[in-house]
Amino acid sequence: MSSIGTGYDLSVTTFSPDGRVFQIEYAAKAVDNSGTVVGIKCKDGIVLGVEKLITSKMMLPGSNRRIHAVHRHSGMAVAGLAADGRQIVARAKSEATNYESVYGEPIPVKELAERVASYVHLCTLYWWLRPFGSGVILGGYDRDGPQLYMVEPSGVSYRYFGAAIGKGRQAAKTEIEKLKLSEMTCRQGVIEVAKIRIYGVHDEAKDKAFELEMSWVCDESNRQHQKVPDDILEEAKAAAKAALEEMDAD
Amino acid sequence: MDVSAGDLNAPHSMGTTIIGVTYDGGVVLGADSRTSTGMYVANRASDKITKLTDNVYMCRSGSAADSQIVSDYVRYFLHQHTIQLGQPSTVKVAANLVRLLSYNNKNMLQTGLIIGGWDKYEGGKIYGIPLGGTILEQPFAIGGSGSSYLYGFFDQAWKEGMTQEEAEQLVVKAVSLAIARDGASGGVVRTVTINSEGVTRKFYPGDKLSLWHEELEPQNSLLDILSTGSPEPMVS
Repeated sequence: MSSIGTGYDLSVTTFSPDGRVFQIEYAAKAVDNSGTVVGIKCKDGIVLGVEKLITSKMMLPGSNRRIHAVHRHSGMAVAGLAADGRQIVARAKSEATNYESVYGEPIPVKELAERVASYVHLCTLYWWLRPFGSGVILGGYDRDGPQLYMVEPSGVSYRYFGAAIGKGRQAAKTEIEKLKLSEMTCRQGVIEVAKIRIYGVHDEAKDKAFELEMSWVCDESNRQHQKVPDDILEEAKAAAKAALEEMDAD
Repeated sequence: MDVSAGDLNAPHSMGTTIIGVTYDGGVVLGADSRTSTGMYVANRASDKITKLTDNVYMCRSGSAADSQIVSDYVRYFLHQHTIQLGQPSTVKVAANLVRLLSYNNKNMLQTGLIIGGWDKYEGGKIYGIPLGGTILEQPFAIGGSGSSYLYGFFDQAWKEGMTQEEAEQLVVKAVSLAIARDGASGGVVRTVTINSEGVTRKFYPGDKLSLWHEELEPQNSLLDILSTGSPEPMVS
């Protein structure tokens, strides 16, 4: 499971004899232990969903947002250390506005993902910086259609149909693979994400309360990134709970 | 009469006529070919339509040096941008980069530019960027000293949804009319047509252009007139 670095893991500028940088792997562990974040690409847009574990009953619902708008057409969901994630989002926002003022068009999602990835990677190159302890799922809708990217603490970025990070990622990925995403609209996608979220978390009975935070960018939202409207969200939660009960009844 | 060659070291200016026109499927850019330093024509066959990328070209007017340096910078930026993006830049991006240079250096530059091209998202587009660095997307644009004579012409002759033939003929006719009236425009007419299939350059020398009001047929030499035996060399 977790390998012991024994001396090669003290600095991010040290390689181990078998070619690994342990500090980056440890940073990835921080992401793995956080609440699940899921993103899927439907035929008309992107849906992002976050399982926000509620640490205290006194927390106001809706606080501690994990999904942030980066630009009109794109949003980012963060997993891992929240403060680190906020830095990444701030950088992404700044890249997006800077691109638009120089080139006169909204930043293509691919370009944004590359810039974010390169920034995250930057922090793995110097001994006086530590790697980001958070991974992000970036979803956006540009001229070339909806796109979904995931950036890991190592600075690696890939484009996905469906991506999941955090505690329940294995279960979530299995569920996503079962879905026929290319034929699904975002409306249906929202329900699927709610189901995955509630399945994934339900299995881990040790985590009690959680809040579901979801956002989308799709034709229905006019290609703008926004929080999923409350009524659709409730509908999705209800449908997911019903499906869950059905499953349990078997 | 004192023949003065003009100051050959004076800044080269392109008193010019430049035109950009959209048609159904692409754009046609046109220009004359005269570069003058004062009264002296420094280049009578210049090419004022410069390539920025494979799918975006720019017509230059005003100071030759200024417009060349702007086009060099923008070509460099666009090249980098194309590599990063992994696909051809859009006309809008090219025009925006030109506009930023024009505006931010407005105190030092004196150049009016027309950017025209084709990209797969928006099709054929024309952007006019006059002296101060304004950017204006237009169905057609005219610029340079000769353009003053073309405003009324375009008001009447321009129409939406022309074919490639019609657009090219419109551009050639317009440049040729401007050359007839503007002393700072002359030489040949060059056109560049850009569409989904690519770029085509055309060249119309003076004798291929129609004659306008009060323009005479070209005569090779007065000696020819005399030798044909006509007693009245000046025929009215």
